Amino acid sequence: MLIKKPADIKPSQITDPRLYARRRELLKRAAALGLGAIAAGPAAALVGRPGTGDPIPDLVDTAYGDKLEPTAHEHVTGYNNFYEFGTAKTDPARKAQTLQPRPWSVVVDGECDAPGEIGIEDVLNDFTQEERIYRLRCVEAWAMVVPWVGFPLGRLLERFRPNSNARYVEFETLLDQQQMPGQQRAVLDWPYREGLRMDEAMHPLTILATGLYGELLPNQNGAPLRLVVPWKYGFKSIKSIVRISFTRQIPETTWWRLAPEEYGFYANVNPDVDHPRWSQARHRMIGAGLFDDKQVTLMFNGYADQVADLYRGMDLTKFY
Amino acid sequence: MPKLPSSDRWLRFAIKPAVFAACLVPFTLLAWGAVVGDLGANPLERVTDVTGGWGLRLLLITLAVAPLRRLTGWNRLLNLRRMLGLFAFFYVTLHFLAWAWLDQQLSWGNIFSDIAKRPFITVGFAAWLLLVPLALTSTRGMMRRLGRYWQRLHQAIYAVGALGVLHYVWLVKADLLEPLIYAAVLAILLAVRWRPQLLTRFAWGGRPINAR
Repeated sequence: MLIKKPADIKPSQITDPRLYARRRELLKRAAALGLGAIAAGPAAALVGRPGTGDPIPDLVDTAYGDKLEPTAHEHVTGYNNFYEFGTAKTDPARKAQTLQPRPWSVVVDGECDAPGEIGIEDVLNDFTQEERIYRLRCVEAWAMVVPWVGFPLGRLLERFRPNSNARYVEFETLLDQQQMPGQQRAVLDWPYREGLRMDEAMHPLTILATGLYGELLPNQNGAPLRLVVPWKYGFKSIKSIVRISFTRQIPETTWWRLAPEEYGFYANVNPDVDHPRWSQARHRMIGAGLFDDKQVTLMFNGYADQVADLYRGMDLTKFY
Repeated sequence: MPKLPSSDRWLRFAIKPAVFAACLVPFTLLAWGAVVGDLGANPLERVTDVTGGWGLRLLLITLAVAPLRRLTGWNRLLNLRRMLGLFAFFYVTLHFLAWAWLDQQLSWGNIFSDIAKRPFITVGFAAWLLLVPLALTSTRGMMRRLGRYWQRLHQAIYAVGALGVLHYVWLVKADLLEPLIYAAVLAILLAVRWRPQLLTRFAWGGRPINAR
């Protein structure tokens, strides 16, 4: 049981946010100056914690995204699409306190030899929690950079021993109108469902996130456990997961059911395939100023080297 | 200066300035937010939403002036209509500029291809385009010069309202509640425009006031 103890002073109140955002660069410069002895150690390059949530112990740093500058914590946790708490971007941060991320467990079933259930404390204890800084590109043509904490989804899936019929993995969000008041209106076909092809699910870039900025996931970001697939549009990264099923058939995902011509099953970030109502060639960075230029969107959100092979020979204008 | 009747003085020195100031509030808040850098995580989205929203609301308010006059019997309401309509044009123009300038960065190729191939943009652009001649002919002089054609031309405001609501319905991803509220308000306004007798039974004092 983790007990939340409020810090007297938040690190963000002490450190200038601009300086804070550049800390990795500063550490590298310090190392270059021979000050490495002071700043060294695996934890030195971890993103600093804002001190607003519970820290995740024994966090392991990785090289994923160490060149990226994370979007401000304020925006990562204040600008969210999580329709279970309302359709405005600021709704989840204001309303998600009704969600109870403890106790929590995830059912894993379907085409596997060892179906079962796993509690969130076991998820946190059994799998090494890594920090991975990923780009997040929303289908609405905005993007941010999030320092996630999590572990490869494949490690959890292997434990339940998927069988040879398992071709897809389907995910489901909690269905509970009290905890998720947005579900009282049929804005979407609740519960939210997403899915991946098996090879996508087993890919080392695909993670289950338990936290961000070194702390347990805030409710509005999909506590206590969410998917993160950095080369796909954000809506694939389903939040507050309660069920994972191995399936033979391609899962019927929520946005695909609502508007199949707009939201495909694959939803790979692709600057050459427009959303019917807007171009996907460029995007706006969250935190940028009103007059700042948009950024060029990269194929597979900049992860083409790692994932393009998964789609070799597929017509990506057809399988969008 | 000749002494005006007191109700005219009220209109000129109190009501009109108050409505003018009220119409400027959303713009002032946006401009202030832009200056101090407090427009949230996605400033352009905020500007686009606020200007588009107030453009549409002011359009519907403008359309509501005539039926409200008939309901209340207060003819001077009509004196506010031009100002409300021009403010609607002001916000819709800002909305268009936010898109063309800040979002599309004045890349005319992209702007025209978007207008041509994306229906919700086509419809929104058409609404703004239709408002331009209405704004240009809103002066007293133009009213006089155009005579009865002025009335006919300015009926286009109903089409602008319909295009604006359609633009909003089409752009929403999933939650249609708010755009459908606007659509319902528009439907009522259109109904009382073409069936004015719907209004007379609600008119204050039970005295039907002749249409136009």
